[in-house]
Amino acid sequence: MSSSDLVMYEEEFRKIDEELQKLYQLTNAMVVFLVDKNGQLIASAGETRDIDTTSLASLTAGNIAATGGIARLLGEKEFTILFHEGEKDNIHISLIGQRVILVVIFDKRSSLGLVRLRVKKASESLVSIFNDITSKAEHEKIGGKLDESPFAEISDEDIDNLFR
Amino acid sequence: MSFINYSSREINCKIVYYGPGLCGKTTNLQFVFKRTNPGQKGKLISLATETERTLFFDFLPLALGDIKGFKIRFHLYTVPGQVFYAASRKLILKGVDGVVFVADSQIERMEANIESLDDLKINLAEQGYDLDKLPYTVQYNKRDLTNVAPVDNMNALLNPRNVPFFEAVAVTGPGVFETLKNVAKQVLTELKKHY
Repeated sequence: MSSSDLVMYEEEFRKIDEELQKLYQLTNAMVVFLVDKNGQLIASAGETRDIDTTSLASLTAGNIAATGGIARLLGEKEFTILFHEGEKDNIHISLIGQRVILVVIFDKRSSLGLVRLRVKKASESLVSIFNDITSKAEHEKIGGKLDESPFAEISDEDIDNLFR
Repeated sequence: MSFINYSSREINCKIVYYGPGLCGKTTNLQFVFKRTNPGQKGKLISLATETERTLFFDFLPLALGDIKGFKIRFHLYTVPGQVFYAASRKLILKGVDGVVFVADSQIERMEANIESLDDLKINLAEQGYDLDKLPYTVQYNKRDLTNVAPVDNMNALLNPRNVPFFEAVAVTGPGVFETLKNVAKQVLTELKKHY
């Protein structure tokens, strides 16, 4: 298995959630969410009920991946900010610490300038949280398996049952 | 790259269907989508051309159920099979946990199968993966056609390591869930080794 597996514990998840809630309030956004570069939704804040966040996460990651591919063709390391402007809603996508993608969806109640400013500040906090997650994961690796592994007693039968 | 979330008690894994153009990768996902309970699946997203050829990827999120109180979710992706979409294909493999190679059983597509398998190995290596170490299942699709190669021949050409393989007819379904189940099981077994 890849060494880049992401393991998220309650404590870090709470910190991330707080950061997203704060960003959501400060930007006056409709939705804020955080996606892993591989397309997994990590956390969200705001009016997510009417949004298919799983699909949105996967497409956002695809978008960042395609843009990253274009960047490399042009000799750039990465384009870290993407902005899509719609008739009513806009979407601001930024790559944070080379690892996660922060997405802010907003309408006329906010502005691009405000979003950019607040995203920049939130990014710094998020980078530090993700550094903690990485060092915790490395620490766990040295210490052996996780304390409360969901896989500890998983049987072939458990796996077979998933497909019944 | 799987994502284990202790807070929401979820485990997310990524499976990629790979193979030459028109071998039936999208058809596999369409069949899984059709035959899965509404509560267990998300939307099937297809980024395709006007002629329904995959342009970037197809995506299907599946929630299979619980293991020890953790929700098990699989994200199924396909790559665009056509040769000239090489750059896009590489991107989809990022963070993959398990690979299904869908081979077209028609004799005249054997060269395309071999070429696609080589392409898979190269693209995985570029991302730092080794196909021999990844959860990996092979599917021989289109077994209902008349001009198909014998499975033994296909195994000799495409499956020298003798990984699990399944005969399938993705349009009508035989072999589709068997393939998915096998690769999913390998992914979870692999995770079990590490956590």
